[in-house]
Amino acid sequence: MRATVLVRPKQGILDPQGEAVGSSLRHLGFEVGDARVGRVIDIELGQADADSARADVDRMCRQLLANPLIESYEIELHA
Amino acid sequence: MSRRPRIAVVTFPGSCDDRDAAWALQAVGAEPVAVWHADEELPDVGAVVLPGGFSFGDYLRCGAIASFSPLMGAVIRFAADGGLVLGICNGFQVLCEARLLPGVLRPNASLSFVCRDVPLVVERADTPFTTRCSDGQALTIPVKHGEGCWFADDELLAEIEANGQVVLRYAESDNPNGSVANVAGVVNADGNVFGLMPHPEHGVDPLLGPGDGALILASLVDAVRLSTGLAV
Repeated sequence: MRATVLVRPKQGILDPQGEAVGSSLRHLGFEVGDARVGRVIDIELGQADADSARADVDRMCRQLLANPLIESYEIELHA
Repeated sequence: MSRRPRIAVVTFPGSCDDRDAAWALQAVGAEPVAVWHADEELPDVGAVVLPGGFSFGDYLRCGAIASFSPLMGAVIRFAADGGLVLGICNGFQVLCEARLLPGVLRPNASLSFVCRDVPLVVERADTPFTTRCSDGQALTIPVKHGEGCWFADDELLAEIEANGQVVLRYAESDNPNGSVANVAGVVNADGNVFGLMPHPEHGVDPLLGPGDGALILASLVDAVRLSTGLAV
């Protein structure tokens, strides 16, 4: 089983990287509003049980992969 | 000559200011003791300095991976027992990620690396890291960082301000990284763990520019002398 973790800057948090990306896109002629830059982490997991896998990845997120002060996260599991 | 207080300087993979920190500490009267991040225990020291650099390549978030180094367990126990811990730049980032200090350091609002002397204001001269300063004193100390934008949400900031945990601020008109409330350095609620983005160890010898960094490091040395019963 594999997990994909999406880490995003929380809403309301200034995201200078996202602002730079949005401004570049507008400079290229695309009509876009806000852009936000986060991070994707793909993880190969040892276990096959989805519930315990999700619980493990949730703990990984809280301990290391995301900083709860500034980031939110989403977990996707793939067989 | 009185015995020099021993202060640990921790090296993580990617630390780059550990030698400067050791040099500056001996210049203000301490005996620096080099410690490797993979050690499980601290040697017999009166304080710990986490120096600047790019521990573990700043991967994931600056300071995040170093905060789980084996030695950090010992640093957390040392701090819990009231031991004095100073984090400079990357060391500050590590202390925030280890949750020994409140808040987090984010990429500079400008997205540019900034390397220059900055004007600072001392908000509290009664911490073990600032006794050689006076309240409201203006200092000039260099910064050099790409991720020094200290952030706390409104609730946490209000708590920190109410507790008087902001020790150093950038001068109002000259914040180099966009930090919340112009915060340059914060102390924990117990007052024994301090982190700052400016580099006091780079501002010790007047030959190289303003020497105000010596006030921070010498305050720490004074505090270690007092806590270990050595004459000041």
